[in-house]
Amino acid sequence: MSLLDVQDLTYAYGGAAPVLKGVSFRVDEGDSVGLVGESGSGKTTLLRLLLGLARPAEGRITFDGAPLDPGDRRFMRAYRRQVQTVFQDPYSSLDPRQKVGDIVAEPLRALRLDRPHGPKVAAALDEVSLPPDAIHRYPHEFSGGQRQRIAIARAIVPGPRLLLADEPVSALDLSTRTRIVELLAGLQHRMSLLMVSHDLAVVAALCARIIVLEKGRIVEDGPTREVLTAPRHPYTRALISSVPRLPKP
Amino acid sequence: MTAADVQATVPPRRRPSRTLRVGLVLVGLHLGIALLTLVWLPYDPTGTAGTRLEAPSWLHPAGTDRLGRDMLSQIMIGSRIALIVGTGAVLMGAAIGVTLGVLAAFATRFLDDVLAAALDILIAFPTLLLAMLVVAASERPSLGTATLALGIAISAIVARLSRILVKRVLRQDYVTAARTSGSSWPGIVFRHVLPNIWPTLSVNFALQFGLAVIAEASLSYLGLGPPPPNASWGRLLQEAQGTVFVAPFGAIAPGIALVTLVIGMNLLADGLRARNDPTQR
Repeated sequence: MSLLDVQDLTYAYGGAAPVLKGVSFRVDEGDSVGLVGESGSGKTTLLRLLLGLARPAEGRITFDGAPLDPGDRRFMRAYRRQVQTVFQDPYSSLDPRQKVGDIVAEPLRALRLDRPHGPKVAAALDEVSLPPDAIHRYPHEFSGGQRQRIAIARAIVPGPRLLLADEPVSALDLSTRTRIVELLAGLQHRMSLLMVSHDLAVVAALCARIIVLEKGRIVEDGPTREVLTAPRHPYTRALISSVPRLPKP
Repeated sequence: MTAADVQATVPPRRRPSRTLRVGLVLVGLHLGIALLTLVWLPYDPTGTAGTRLEAPSWLHPAGTDRLGRDMLSQIMIGSRIALIVGTGAVLMGAAIGVTLGVLAAFATRFLDDVLAAALDILIAFPTLLLAMLVVAASERPSLGTATLALGIAISAIVARLSRILVKRVLRQDYVTAARTSGSSWPGIVFRHVLPNIWPTLSVNFALQFGLAVIAEASLSYLGLGPPPPNASWGRLLQEAQGTVFVAPFGAIAPGIALVTLVIGMNLLADGLRARNDPTQR
């Protein structure tokens, strides 16, 4: 059975033209899916719907067979525990006035998971290769890459089955990016990954499957290797050819 | 004043501690004096203690007024009144203002617009005028009416500032992260919103405290403040007005008291803000 099932999703802001039109796809247990598209293709809107921050105009999202309903508190609590998020900007996604220990423990506390939380927080920090004493420090004492590690620790601490990542490395410099990609790759044996990105190289490194979104429609959906080597849709070809390459020496 | 202005005026790293110390000393001085008046005063502030309009001397360090009452004792009582009115007005303004600000930030667009417009109208009235209206509407001026009047005026200003600050925090990714972590809205308000608006709000509270002290003095000057025997600085200034050329110190001494408290309060908040803000360490 599929973990996440998105059927015929349509969404529009206010009275404007829809930003998502009949989007359907599935994410199975253990899948790693990259959702790619240019700015304005509807990636972020799709993510908001998946996070339960907005309701689709049409269509539905089911998780583990149950429909996602932001108004159903019981369902949402179970859903939040199983679906966690890593955001794009490691600066604005961490509360500057909270210590790292509190930040990472937030899902445990908010979802009222079993105490004590300390060992779980320590394990999560260890998993993302941060020292245990990080819990006493504030986010501004860490670099961008370390901050993204804190954000990842927060996402994995309740033991989610699906990790949603919104451009998780696009705000980082190249060498840091590689290490965060490696970290995310190491998590894939425990959870499914749905990553939104416009960076095809990162998607190729992390995701077994690619979904290409153009102007609110899915134009291509298939195994990463196939899509990148033999793109069928002109938009995908354009996207691939737009990746900057170093000139041959 | 917007939050951006406040952020931009963060003093350089080393200054806050000195700012904080000076502020603490000045406010602490007034607080100490206010507490002291509860148990001890040099003279009975309402009784004749010397001849009329004496210059400062060892017996009367701030001189005497036109009825021969000791000025220092009256100014000391004034510290108590200023602190009570300032604290009461700011606490009231903070409680009402922050609550309204948070509600407006969470309200529907229409309700938010209505609240914002109502606040703008309230703020359009000068603080003193608004306070005079409230005092005039009450039966007779008292310590309570002065505090209430200033509290209402402050709550409008605090509400408008809180509303903007809360909205800004709600747009941050860490709030979205908190929501997707499963936090409830009240939890987010207490764990993320209030701590993050506190540095800017606390500066504003101190500013409002200082303004409330001045406004209370103004109300008393106009005879709308706490009645005698409450020796408000404003009333002392008003009474010294007629004899300012004969005994100038009668006007200078309460003025010094007023200025030191207001400046001390502002320095204290500025220092505290820099210390509270982890990114300023």
